[in-house]
Amino acid sequence: MSHSPTLSDERTRTAPPSRRPTNTTQRRQRRAAYLFLLPFGVVFVTMLVVPLAYAGYLSLFESKLIGGEAFAGLANYGRALTDPKFLEGLGRVGLFFIVQVPIMLGLALFFALALDSARARGSKAIRLLIYMPYAVPAVVATLMWGYLYGPDFGPIAQIARAVGFGTPDFLSADSILGSMMNIVTWEFVGYNMIIMYAALRSIPAELYEAAEIDGAGQFRLAWSVKIPAIRPAIMLTVIFSIIGSFQLFAEPSLLNAIAPDAITTSFTPNYYAYNLAFINQELTYAAAIAFLLGIVIAVVSYVVQLAEQRRERQEMRQS
Amino acid sequence: MIKKTRRTALALVGGAVSIGLLLTGCTPSSGGGGSTENVSQDDIDKAMTTPTKLTFWTWVPDIENEVKLFEEKYPAIDVTVENVGQGLPHYQKLRSAIEAGEGAPDVAQLEYQYIPSFVLNESLLDLTPYGADDLSGDYVDWAWKQVSPADEVWAIPQDVGPMGNLYREDILTAAGITEPPATWDDYAVAAKAVKEKTGSYISNLGATQAGQMIGFFWQAGVKPFGYDGKETVKIDVNSDDAKKVASYWTDLVQQDLISTDVDFQDQWYQGLASGKYAGWLTAAWGPIFLQGTAESTSGLWRAAPLPQWSDGEEVSGNWGGSSDAVLASSKNPIAAYELAKFINNDEPSAMKLATEQFLFPPQVSVLEDPAFVDQESEFYGGQKVNSLFADISKTVDTDFEWLPFMDYVYSTYEETMGTVIADKGDIAAALDEWQDQLVKYAEDQGFTVE
Repeated sequence: MSHSPTLSDERTRTAPPSRRPTNTTQRRQRRAAYLFLLPFGVVFVTMLVVPLAYAGYLSLFESKLIGGEAFAGLANYGRALTDPKFLEGLGRVGLFFIVQVPIMLGLALFFALALDSARARGSKAIRLLIYMPYAVPAVVATLMWGYLYGPDFGPIAQIARAVGFGTPDFLSADSILGSMMNIVTWEFVGYNMIIMYAALRSIPAELYEAAEIDGAGQFRLAWSVKIPAIRPAIMLTVIFSIIGSFQLFAEPSLLNAIAPDAITTSFTPNYYAYNLAFINQELTYAAAIAFLLGIVIAVVSYVVQLAEQRRERQEMRQS
Repeated sequence: MIKKTRRTALALVGGAVSIGLLLTGCTPSSGGGGSTENVSQDDIDKAMTTPTKLTFWTWVPDIENEVKLFEEKYPAIDVTVENVGQGLPHYQKLRSAIEAGEGAPDVAQLEYQYIPSFVLNESLLDLTPYGADDLSGDYVDWAWKQVSPADEVWAIPQDVGPMGNLYREDILTAAGITEPPATWDDYAVAAKAVKEKTGSYISNLGATQAGQMIGFFWQAGVKPFGYDGKETVKIDVNSDDAKKVASYWTDLVQQDLISTDVDFQDQWYQGLASGKYAGWLTAAWGPIFLQGTAESTSGLWRAAPLPQWSDGEEVSGNWGGSSDAVLASSKNPIAAYELAKFINNDEPSAMKLATEQFLFPPQVSVLEDPAFVDQESEFYGGQKVNSLFADISKTVDTDFEWLPFMDYVYSTYEETMGTVIADKGDIAAALDEWQDQLVKYAEDQGFTVE
């Protein structure tokens, strides 16, 4: 079986377009392009860049209920880096990412491949069913699962009791993270599956023909042709999942209502920032935490991408 | 790819900090208080006949009916009622609007314990120049003290929550208990009998319900908090008296005679309706609330005063209740004050609040009105529940103060006390940790801790 082309091969083959405008038509087109970009630019600057800069500025101050705000330099960042609550929260979402994301994306990939192989009957209905949880808002999903997890009247506990397994406690301090992983997986498998499935549909038919001529079966086809071909799409879901995991907020904040002793105010960094701002009224410290979290996500995303690129390059060299 | 990463990274940082940005208007609110000169009747007449628009933030359902009475009396005033959420979300939005310097309402509902935090950042209007002092005699003493801890009046009382004991007569009878326990010692004995003979818990201690525990403290004469209105706070949640209360509950919890489910959640609602709990130690707003929650058990419930620490005593605490305050930023302070006053003080309006919205009244006149106290409640086997709580209301200790950061007090209660109660640990020991966290926070925030 021959080496299949990947996206990077494609890219190296395409020459970068000339950047210099050569005539008036091109100049006019460029102006039109900027004009079209303007609305986005305005929103981007006012809604993202300005607030971002302002939050960064705020995070340099110290605020107290008595005495108000005073410039504090990087003191908030120093405090955050030694704040066990922030670091524990970061560790928790890190663990969440390492355990939950492979499960979720593995399932998504499995379903995408299964649907694409067209072996499954009624694939449209199945696709919809798997995707449907994503259409349920996180708030509703969490409330629903909160009910399912209930120790007295929750259906899972009732069934477990009926068959003599005792009462499982999904909402204790030890099991709450796992319960949350389950909710998030349920919510997002379909979403990631659709991204992968769409990428699978755009694989050129020649590749399949070539593989068939080489005598590849369905499994071999999936492993050697399909997965490599949709690697950029998988990468995209990984990046989204990094963002999602580290920003975990809706689930802990809602489950807090039914399991308040299992979920601390600093359960995840984002939830911590929220509580700092709105409960403790420490806005500037919350801004610093949020900023730091953003940096952590950027670094993790970058490292993951870098690793992927290095692997791609290595593969190219080998072939 | 790299370009994309950068863009994503930027978006990420943006998303992450957006929370911090909601509240970032840096202009401090314009100083509260206002002039100390009294407002004359002419000023009031002029203000009440000038076309004015007011905004009123409250979560009381159908309070539009009371507002309508106000608008009928003062046709020039147009009131917009907005419900921005109950409890915490309400205060968060209020603080955001105050910080931002715009968007805050003229009149806002405030629970008593949150008043000091808004006094602290000078967000409330002192109502004395508007004649609020004259209303002091209209309310039960301790409720008035809640809105006017010193010389100023910060809000008009709307409802209160003196505490009592709601219990299932049928379950207690089945356990051989014919009278509601008069003392806490009796209550502990009864708890054992109920658990052994019926399998029910005599009641539930909401693991994270600071309001209920603070109500018990209040009854026991504990004064955990204090605030001088300026920079000095008193924090004493681990006093000997508080530990006495905590040890009592530790005992019952550890013997599994009291459940510790989180209250106001599905699990708990079902527990009330199914007889898992044979009672609920709650406030005066509880009877009506329970009636909606445990409809199927109508007629089986009775109401009684809280058990007492020593025989023959008659003392209660308070849990909940709220008031309506005028914000210092209001451009129409006179009309705003008149609205807050009218809703809660005007006879028909106050009566409506008590009988249609079932807010337990702080007004003496309503508490003495036969139309209110003589109501017989079918759910409680025909008992005159209002009358009972009206009597209890007179037994609530007058001097109970709050800290100017109750959000933090409650959230640390959840983390220190709540966890220990849920794990059946030593609640009295958890008081020490709670104390430490509160003191540290207060000092970090620049307060002098007494």
